[in-house]
Amino acid sequence: MRNRILSGLAAGAFALAAVPALAQEVVKVGLILPMTGQQASTGRQLEAGAKAFLAQRGNMVAGKRVEIVVKDDQGVADISKRLAQELVVNDKVAFLGGFGLTPIAMAVGPVATQAKVPAIIMTAATSAVVPQSPFFVRAGRTMPQMTFPIADWAAKNGIKSAVTLVSDYAPGIDAEKFFKQRFEEAGGKVLDSLRAPLASPEFSPFLQKAKDLKPDALFLFVPSGQGATLMKQVIDRDFAGSKIRVIATGDVTDDDLLNDMGDSVLGMITSHDYSADHNSPENKAFVEIFRKVNNNMRPNMMAVAAFDGMELIFRSLEATKGDTNGQKLVDAMRGLKWMSPRGPMEIDAQTREAIPPMYIRKVERKNGELYNVEFQDAGSIKDPTHTHTK
Amino acid sequence: MLTILFDGVAYGMLLFVLGIGLCVTLGLMNFINLAHGAFAMAGGYLTIVLMNRYGISYYWGLPAAFVFSAALGAILERTLYVHLYNKSHLDQTLFSIGLVFMSMAIVDYFMGANQQTINLPPALDGRINVLGASVGIFRIFTIVICGLLTIALQFIIAKTRFGSRLRAAVDDGRVARGLGINVTTIFALTFAFGSGLAGLGGALSIGIISIDPTFPLKYMIYFLIVISVGGTTTITGPFYASLLLGVADVAGKYYVPEIGGFIIYTIMVAVLILRPQGLFTKGATR
Repeated sequence: MRNRILSGLAAGAFALAAVPALAQEVVKVGLILPMTGQQASTGRQLEAGAKAFLAQRGNMVAGKRVEIVVKDDQGVADISKRLAQELVVNDKVAFLGGFGLTPIAMAVGPVATQAKVPAIIMTAATSAVVPQSPFFVRAGRTMPQMTFPIADWAAKNGIKSAVTLVSDYAPGIDAEKFFKQRFEEAGGKVLDSLRAPLASPEFSPFLQKAKDLKPDALFLFVPSGQGATLMKQVIDRDFAGSKIRVIATGDVTDDDLLNDMGDSVLGMITSHDYSADHNSPENKAFVEIFRKVNNNMRPNMMAVAAFDGMELIFRSLEATKGDTNGQKLVDAMRGLKWMSPRGPMEIDAQTREAIPPMYIRKVERKNGELYNVEFQDAGSIKDPTHTHTK
Repeated sequence: MLTILFDGVAYGMLLFVLGIGLCVTLGLMNFINLAHGAFAMAGGYLTIVLMNRYGISYYWGLPAAFVFSAALGAILERTLYVHLYNKSHLDQTLFSIGLVFMSMAIVDYFMGANQQTINLPPALDGRINVLGASVGIFRIFTIVICGLLTIALQFIIAKTRFGSRLRAAVDDGRVARGLGINVTTIFALTFAFGSGLAGLGGALSIGIISIDPTFPLKYMIYFLIVISVGGTTTITGPFYASLLLGVADVAGKYYVPEIGGFIIYTIMVAVLILRPQGLFTKGATR
C-alpha cells in the first residue's frame, strides 16, 4: 500500500516536471531542400535520409525533442534565402540544413552568419562554400575529395591521356580543375576540357569531340540525379569499342539512377564516399531502415549526407547538453568523429569541412540489381583547397 | 564530320516532332498551347511504363504513345481547351502554363522525380558505318520516322479534303460553318492529332535522352525557338528551322564548345530581328 502511494506520488511529480519540459523543449531543424524542379530527386533523397535518421535514433536528444521543418526552394537561390529568413525569424529554428546547389548555400550564408544559426551543408560540393560563413559545417563532401581518388586511380592504371567533360557550373568546373591538377601531377595529360551547359539534354557533340581526340579515358561529372541522360548517350557513342575508358565521380552512377541504366554501364569505374552496397553493419542498418520508412527507395549519397547531417546535429546538442547557442553548437561539431554508413567520418576541427572516406568502385550486378561495388579504399582526404583556419 | 551532321539532323528531327504539334495548334488553330510538352511527357512516360513494367516492346510503345497522348488531348480539348478558343492569348498562355505545372506535379507524384530511361531493343542499339562515318542506329531510326511524318503531314494539310477544311476553318470559322463544315469536330481532331504527335515525339526522345517531371518546361524553350524561327503558317517552316537549329547546335558545340550553348539562341535572336514573322514564312504576320 505504501509502495503504491509512493510510486503514485513519484509518477505525479514526474508528470508535473515533464509537462513544461515537453511544451518548450523542442529544437527545430529547418531543412531547405529542392523538393520540386530539376533537383527534386536530390531533395527527395535528403528528406528521406533525415527521416531515416529519426526513425533509427528517435527524436529525443539531451532531453529535447528534435523536429524537422522542410521547406521547398525549388533549387532557386533567392527563394532559399527568403526561406532561411522565415525559418530563423518565424519558426525559430536552431539549425538550418540541406542546400541542393552551391549558389543556394552561398545565398543562405549571410543569414546563418547574422542569426548565428549553424547551417549544415549536405549537398553543395564546391570547396568555396564553407568559408562563406563561420556557421557553415559540411556533412557531405567536396569536389576535390571526390576527384582526386579517381585521378590517382587513372594515373596508376595505365591511363596516360584523358579528356574531361563536366556540367558548366561551379562544381563541374571544380571537378575539371582538380582532376586535371591531380592527373597531370601524376604524369598524365588532359587533352581537352569540355563543358556542357547545365540544362543541356544533348551531349552528343561533346561526346563525339571527346571520342575524336582519342584519349585513354574520358572523365565525366554531372550533378547527382542527371547522370541517366549522359550515360545513355555515352553508351550510344560506343567508347568501349574505341578503347576509351569512361571514368567519373560517383554522381554519374548515382544509386538513385544506376539500376535503370542497364548492363551497358557494367564495369564503369567511379570514385565516391558512398555506395548503397558498402559492406558494414552501420550501412546495412541504414539501408534497411531507409528502405522501410521510404517506400523501399534505395539511398544515395544525398541520403547519407542528410543522415550524417542529422548525426552532427544530435551530437552537437548532446555535447552542449541541449544548449542551442549557435556558436557553442558549431564549436561542438569541430573535430567530431563517428562511424557513418559510409565508413569513418570526421569534421575538420579547423575548417569545419567533412573528411569522408573515399572508395574506388566498379559497377557490378549483385542480387539482380546494379551496384557500385567498392574494390579499393582510397582513404580519407582533407579538402586540399582550404587555407582559412577559423 | 558526317557523324556531326547526322547527330545534328537527328536532334533537329526530334525537335521537329516534339514541336510540330505546337505548330499545328498555334499556327492552324491560332491557340497558344504551352502545355504541349506535357503531352510529349505523357507519351514518354507511357512508353517507359509499358516497357519497364509490362515488358512490352518499344515498337509497340511508339504507336501506344501516339494514341494515348491523342486521347488525352481529345479529352482535355473537349473539357477544357474548348472554353478558351475565344479568349485572349494571355488567358490561353496562363491557362496552359497552369496545366504544365499541374502535369509536372501529377507525374512527380506517380512516377517520382528522378530521371527515367529505357533500354532500346537490340536492333536499334549500337552504331553502324554510313559513308565512312559512325552513326547511331537509333538516330537513323529517328530521322526516318520523322521524315515520313513530315511528308504525311504536309500531304494531309495541302492535298486532302480534311486539310482544306481545316485551313478554311482556321481562316474564317464563321464562313466555314456557313458552308456546312463541322469546325468543332475538325478542331478537336486536329488538336488530338497534334497532341498525339507530341506523345510520339516524347516516346522517340527517351531513346536519346532520359525523362523527368521537368520535361515540359525544359523543352518548352526549344519548341518555342523552333516555332519562332520557322514561323507557324506552314509545316515546312518549322521543319527547316528544326534542322537548322539541330545542326547548328550540335556543330557549334563540337567546333566551338566554349560558346556552343549560345548558338541556338543567337540564331533565334538574329532571325527575330531580321524576319520577325519567321524565317520560312511567306506572307506577313497575322
